[in-house]
Amino acid sequence: MSAKGRIPNWADVTLVPLTSVLLAFILSAILIWAIGESPWEAVKLMVDGAFGSSYGWGYTLFYATNFMFTGLAVAVAFQARLFNIGGEGQALLGGLGVALVCLYIPWPHWSLALLAACAGAAAFGALWALIPGYLQARRGSHIVITTIMFNFIAASLLGYVLVNVLRPQGSQDPSSPRFPSEIALPKLHEMLALVGIPFSRVPPVNISLLIAIAMCFAVWFLLWRTRLGYQIRAFGESEPAAQYAGISPARITVVVMLISGALAGLMAVNSVMGEQQRLVLNAVEGAGFIGIAVALMGRNHPLGVALAAILFGFLYQGGAELALWTSIPRELIVVIQALVILFTGALDNMVRIPIARMFARRGAG
Amino acid sequence: MITAKTAYVLHSDQGMTHPATEPMRQGTAASSPFAIELRGISKAFGPVQANKDISIRVRRGTIHGIVGENGAGKSTLMSILYGFYRADSGEIVINGNHTEIPDSLSAIRAGVGMVFQHFKLVENFTVLENVILGAEAGGLLRPSLAKARGLLKDLAREFELNVDPDALIENLSVGHQQRVEILKALYREADILILDEPTGVLTPSEADHLFRILRGLKEQGKTIVLITHKLREIMDVTDEVSVMRRGEMVATRVTSQTSPTELAELMVGRKVLLRVEKPPASPGDEILRVEGLRLVDAQGVERLRGLDFNIRAGEILGIAGVAGNGQSELLEVLAGLRPADGKAWVRGAPLPLSGAGSDAQSRRALRIAHVPEDRHRRGLVLNFHAWENTALGYHHDPAYNPTRWKMDNAAIIRDTESKMAAFDVRPPDPQLKASGFSGGNQQKIVLAREIEHGPDVLLVGQPTRGVDIGAIEFIHQRLIRLRDAGAAILLVSVELDEILALSDRVLVMFDGRIMGERMPDKTNAQELGLLMAGMA
Repeated sequence: MSAKGRIPNWADVTLVPLTSVLLAFILSAILIWAIGESPWEAVKLMVDGAFGSSYGWGYTLFYATNFMFTGLAVAVAFQARLFNIGGEGQALLGGLGVALVCLYIPWPHWSLALLAACAGAAAFGALWALIPGYLQARRGSHIVITTIMFNFIAASLLGYVLVNVLRPQGSQDPSSPRFPSEIALPKLHEMLALVGIPFSRVPPVNISLLIAIAMCFAVWFLLWRTRLGYQIRAFGESEPAAQYAGISPARITVVVMLISGALAGLMAVNSVMGEQQRLVLNAVEGAGFIGIAVALMGRNHPLGVALAAILFGFLYQGGAELALWTSIPRELIVVIQALVILFTGALDNMVRIPIARMFARRGAG
Repeated sequence: MITAKTAYVLHSDQGMTHPATEPMRQGTAASSPFAIELRGISKAFGPVQANKDISIRVRRGTIHGIVGENGAGKSTLMSILYGFYRADSGEIVINGNHTEIPDSLSAIRAGVGMVFQHFKLVENFTVLENVILGAEAGGLLRPSLAKARGLLKDLAREFELNVDPDALIENLSVGHQQRVEILKALYREADILILDEPTGVLTPSEADHLFRILRGLKEQGKTIVLITHKLREIMDVTDEVSVMRRGEMVATRVTSQTSPTELAELMVGRKVLLRVEKPPASPGDEILRVEGLRLVDAQGVERLRGLDFNIRAGEILGIAGVAGNGQSELLEVLAGLRPADGKAWVRGAPLPLSGAGSDAQSRRALRIAHVPEDRHRRGLVLNFHAWENTALGYHHDPAYNPTRWKMDNAAIIRDTESKMAAFDVRPPDPQLKASGFSGGNQQKIVLAREIEHGPDVLLVGQPTRGVDIGAIEFIHQRLIRLRDAGAAILLVSVELDEILALSDRVLVMFDGRIMGERMPDKTNAQELGLLMAGMA
């Protein structure tokens, strides 16, 4: 008997995030209007830029692929109530895994290289998450602190490796050599051409998109259909109850962080192998952090994460178009993205409580 | 808004007058003989009607009991009176004045004080600091503290409310902490004192002391509302009693003209058995044996100080004691939730109390089931569906988990349905979240899970805490039936009546030790009460 009442499940996953996004957009519109641009034109430009052509779609989906991986990473950890802020570092390390696999082993075919790159990315990402996970499980070091710190360590480590190990002789650029062109991943336009659908050749969206979607399904299956998932969720919902059920908190913490880190690491398959075809210094470009917002908005459910990833892909791509065609400064795009994060993440209760009241009143009346 | 009382700050300027010795501050309003009149109070939470058109009148200077099952709406009604909730409709009249109580500050101003079941005290503050918290006379603490000290001394003398004003709350016994709560209310000049289940955490002698305090307060003209589910207390201490059932006020009786049987029937709406039908036990072989069990907690305090006992098949061993004397720790150790020192055997085979094989999963493998004391924290995952809770702890069971990694959700749901039917869980919906069931039905879900696996040993803590009378009957019958099927049952309960009704042997625990063993038919509550207080 709580005074707040309860929101029906469907409203919790649709109405609440949509209202939050709407509020963020209204505030953004006021901002755009305040700097003398037309909010309506801006929205049109963004939607058109992100969804109006296969070129726009291609970029939107490319970004969405990144966000699905990092969003899933955060969501899985959060099911165990572990706040993995380290997606950024884990994805960076995943990139290193991809680069090592692609550079040092001559693969006969891209498909084998892809499998190996996935394994490398997942293993390196998982390894990077294992250390904070172990420290939390055995030493009680708070995972939020350690994963944040590990982002910095990962960046420094990657800088060192790129400059001192992977950089080709004589190059001024802190990046690895290009991967062999034989193992370039098939792009979406090539795949769609097989079934006769024309698609823009420019955007870097590639077969990793399918891996990301498969991962969404795999995570759903893991959480709601397997014994391990049951244990993860029980541990997340109530540690004393999990202990009562004989679920080892330390074991679950470590296992969940391994899975989370592996998912974050997999992002590198898309960005490093799919797009850049080499390892560069800032291969992750903040996607690890966006993953937190994506998971928040997707309510830590794989389907929600997939949808939220597309929304953030839209914001990225639409925002780029906006910066290109109007005098709206790039920074404002970041502000709009920040507003969406603010409303969906931090101000969740501001929207949730009135909606809960609305349902409570309807239920009573 | 009419406030029958002067605000605290005004009063403090008048110096250290004792509230009770002052002239009637209610003035003209005192003409009404009722301290509290609630008229037509209704309150709904969504579709749940917690209070339906409730009217009640509490005479000034009396002790008025409110009884009812869990979920009958007692706490909601009192929360409305104390300003935690606002009623959807109805009016509140305090001392003859219509009073709006939008928040607890207004309640305090109207002279209503509340002593909660779970104390609201700052553990590392002194008694004095707790008493003035929120009612400081000004920005500087020293004058407030000095004033409070004087007042406290007067109150202590008058009402047997002796507490050291400079003691830290964390060093006080539960009974003393409760006195601090009462002092807090009196310091805020409460004329009307509401106590919510005040004896749940007290020993019988502490409870008697509390009742002496309450009678003293009554003699000084205070009005006391006592919320409880213990009919014995109602009969002992109240002048009038109101009975609530399903959000409605079903009857008010003069206590001297009613009986526990009548009250129980009014509460439940039908005839109830107050005693369990229990055939004599026919104990078999020894199933569980414990020797020299010791436990030192993280703070270095010895919680269990060398326990020795055994339980035989087909026997219920009751552990009586005031909450916090090691019973919870004993359950947790045996259930594999915390390591301890000592020796234990199950069916003659050694039972590791620490290290490998001492976790909860290994205990279940040895057919030791556990109904934990705190079903909300441990026994259930409140956010899980009923069927997911049915698998809790048994998620390795091949019936649920034939492939060792993929759960057979459909099988679990089917099994939950049959368990719910066997234990009459309402509503019998496996998809409902555990938080959506009433306390009694939640407990039935836990019991069904633990009992239906046919354990050799059942560890059960507070099996009927927060459970309505109808379900208590059912749960007691199930425990007896499990005993008669040959299980060894360790029953921990703070309800002496429950211990006496169910147990075949009773151990009394005090301060981590066993104070003595008694046979339930050769002892009584008084004798056990003395043992529970550490007086052997």
